[in-house]
Amino acid sequence: MTLLGRLSWDAIPLHEPIVMVTAGVLFVVLLGTGATVLLKGWLPYLWREWITSVDHKRIGVMYCLLALVMLIRGFADALMMRSHQAMAVGAGKGFLPPDHYDQIFSAHGTIMIFFVAMPFMIGLMNFAVPLQLGVRDVAFPTLNSVSFWLTATGVLLINTSLVVGEFARTGWLVYPPLSERAFSPGVGVDYYLWALQISGAGTLLGGINLVTTILKMRAPGMRYTRMPIFCWTALASNLLIVAAFPILTATLAMLTLDRYLGFHFFTNEAGGNQMLFVNLIWAWGHPEVYILVLPAFGVFSEVIATFSGKPLFGYRSMVLATLAICILSFMVWLHHFFTMGAGADVNGVFGVMTMIIAVPTGVKVFNWLFTMYGGRLRFEVPMLWAVAFIPTFVVGGMTGVLLAVPPADFVLHNSVFLVAHFHNVIIGGVLFAAFAGYTYWFPKAFGFRLHDGWGRAAVVLWVSGFYLAFMPLYALGLMGMTRRLQHYDNPAWQPWLIAAWLGALLILGGIASLAMQLYVSVRERRSLADESGDPWDGRTLEWATRSPPPPWNFARLPQVEGRDALALMKRGEAEATPDPLEPIEMPRNSAYGFVGAFFTYITGFALVWQIWWLVVLGLLAGFATTLWIAWYQPGEREIGVEELRALEPAA
Amino acid sequence: MIAARRWLTLAPLALAGCSAGVLDPRGPVARGEKQILLDSVAAMLLIVVPVMLATVAFAWWFRAGNRRARYRPDWDYSGKLELLIWSVPAMIVLFLGGTGWVGAHLLDPRRPIPATAAPIEVQVVALDWKWLFLYPDQRVATVNRLVVPAGAPIHFRLTSATVMNSFFVPQLGSQIYAMAGMEAQLRLAADRPGRYPGIAAHYSGKGFSDMTFTVDALPAAQFTAWAARARAAPPLDEARYRQLARRGTVPAPLMFGTAPPRLFDAIVAQRAPAAERPRDASNQGESDAEAGK
Repeated sequence: MTLLGRLSWDAIPLHEPIVMVTAGVLFVVLLGTGATVLLKGWLPYLWREWITSVDHKRIGVMYCLLALVMLIRGFADALMMRSHQAMAVGAGKGFLPPDHYDQIFSAHGTIMIFFVAMPFMIGLMNFAVPLQLGVRDVAFPTLNSVSFWLTATGVLLINTSLVVGEFARTGWLVYPPLSERAFSPGVGVDYYLWALQISGAGTLLGGINLVTTILKMRAPGMRYTRMPIFCWTALASNLLIVAAFPILTATLAMLTLDRYLGFHFFTNEAGGNQMLFVNLIWAWGHPEVYILVLPAFGVFSEVIATFSGKPLFGYRSMVLATLAICILSFMVWLHHFFTMGAGADVNGVFGVMTMIIAVPTGVKVFNWLFTMYGGRLRFEVPMLWAVAFIPTFVVGGMTGVLLAVPPADFVLHNSVFLVAHFHNVIIGGVLFAAFAGYTYWFPKAFGFRLHDGWGRAAVVLWVSGFYLAFMPLYALGLMGMTRRLQHYDNPAWQPWLIAAWLGALLILGGIASLAMQLYVSVRERRSLADESGDPWDGRTLEWATRSPPPPWNFARLPQVEGRDALALMKRGEAEATPDPLEPIEMPRNSAYGFVGAFFTYITGFALVWQIWWLVVLGLLAGFATTLWIAWYQPGEREIGVEELRALEPAA
Repeated sequence: MIAARRWLTLAPLALAGCSAGVLDPRGPVARGEKQILLDSVAAMLLIVVPVMLATVAFAWWFRAGNRRARYRPDWDYSGKLELLIWSVPAMIVLFLGGTGWVGAHLLDPRRPIPATAAPIEVQVVALDWKWLFLYPDQRVATVNRLVVPAGAPIHFRLTSATVMNSFFVPQLGSQIYAMAGMEAQLRLAADRPGRYPGIAAHYSGKGFSDMTFTVDALPAAQFTAWAARARAAPPLDEARYRQLARRGTVPAPLMFGTAPPRLFDAIVAQRAPAAERPRDASNQGESDAEAGK
């Protein structure tokens, strides 16, 4: 046992040019950003307004920013895979050796689910839900900051693996026994385990926070049946987080015990059972799919209603469908492994249960269609994402139901048909919703709109790129191509893979358009400014306050008289006499999240490399930080009526 | 119109069928699965195509600029429509659920295949990264080449001596997991003589892409002759098995004249001779030991 545990200079992959160049570029970017921040004197501002902020809007924005940055990382992996497979036929084995290729597909999946889709959806919920509920913050603002910084810790840890050591070569769900010490002796799986444990703890805390907020903290008159549908989907999604993430934590903890202390939960030897892991991971994994897609449904419901100039069609059906999906999502996990040989009755039951989920989902699609029916549709960028979403998602749903038919799954399981299916629902459903929500709520967050032209370019490139990249994979799956192949012999596959690669290039254009859009929008923020606080003629309460909203969101809590509260107010049907202003209690900034996450990172890194003294040190420091916060941090400050009047002349 | 659209949607599938995929079945199981696959797609297209058309139609007709479209800013409920939108997907799902349930039973991997020819037994062991096929009745063994009599049902018993894997011959149908310490069963058959590609359909590490095999379905007489010839090959003894079990790929299929009689059961019971574990436990993984040369 050395001072640095398993860590040595060998851990730096100097022999891998791709990794070293990427790491170099990353290093320069980080260094450049850091130097700019320091030289321009932005650090105090960043510290005060963002890093230590406990404001749900700021935290929401940081979640989305984190997701966008990691989207670039995850997409870089995707582009490498697509380029590699486009050339890896026969004797030409591509440019990535198996060691590297296997890490890339594992990292791609892990990053895209845990560090792109999750933070993006959580960010949107964090930003919009309290505003839509007409309240001033989430239930536990400091905890919210802790959640975010724990997620960021996971991100940092997984990116550390790029430069120091390696990442897992086991796929994104680290199936044992391949992920056991015996078959994966390196630190890759350990990076995966600790990055997910740390960010998973953050996600669980965030879930508790939002559930509490929605259940306990709504504006006066905001009954459950008057909540915007996005709040309903957020409630369902966060209930799923609270119910499902502990399963992930426990499952990964068992694998960790196997790897670190020689336990035998999932090993081949000594009575370990790999089927246990597969069941447990999907008992979390299938609800996870709905954790992602339910808020996405919520975003589209808001966007389609707003830009159709109509209330959502079939609100009660929508709520019912959301809750039905929430419950059913826990009853279908076995469809991820029909090919395990469980027997016809078990497979049949889980197949039918899975198909039943298609009913509430289908209802949602029809509700969106009938929301458009009789509307006056404005095709702003968020609405374009929504209109692209419906047919795309329907195809993804169809192939999903097909995979739920056990005999069809027997020949399609693990093929690139499956890969095409879940990209179809995650890109076409979750990511399109993320972009729709990002464009929709951006003016609320910053007081100016995103550039329209670049937004439209992003829609066109993403949608066409998606179809070109993934329709060939459906065909290849039917041709018998399985997933995760580092090379293949069948020359008939190559043209399809080249088409998929071209699709990935179009998506690259889509990402570039999004980056350009952000750059151009910030530069032209004066001409894109929105003074009204309600640029889209919105229907829900987030548009009832100014943009960007003050830290307290609403000087007076709104009185809610019905569904689509703001739409009612605009018609004058909810003309309430303004209450007198009252003092507001605001939480103070807290460095706890950031400092605690720093020590968590140290601990996580030390655990990966088994530097035990540093583990102890990191844990002690984290504990001390918690004590310090608990005893010395003044919790809140009061904003008096006079101060409020000065800050909110309109109120 | 709808028929034309359906044809268009299926066109890539038809193209895909030309090249040894699951749409080019060569056995009763694969044929049944293809049928269910196509039936399910057709049933779902009944709802998917109208939804797509309606999306485009509604989006176009109700655009803000169209003065002929009637704006109904308060229309957000219709009991009849609600009933319809719950019952249409429910009916499709009822049909698919029935298909799925019946299909899961008819095409259960363990279900015997009705045939006149006598079934043959094959035991399959997933190794890193090669497939070992044991013929308990013929008492021969092969690696990465599965030889079977055409027309006869094949009864597979499958396990793994290493990580999880999935045994799959796309043109013959159903894949199934091979897992250490456990035994799975699968029944397939090839209609006619021919050569069909087989794959490992579950990622298993570095050599996974090379873990392919071929299935040679021979006329019954030729199969008997092949088995007799195989018996002349060198035996699969313990040392040879240890060597095979080491991580690595084999450049060409292998054949063994005899195999230990209860090797498969010993592997399932995890009492078989183990491969030497790679000593090298560094971050960079293990060496490329090429077994079976």
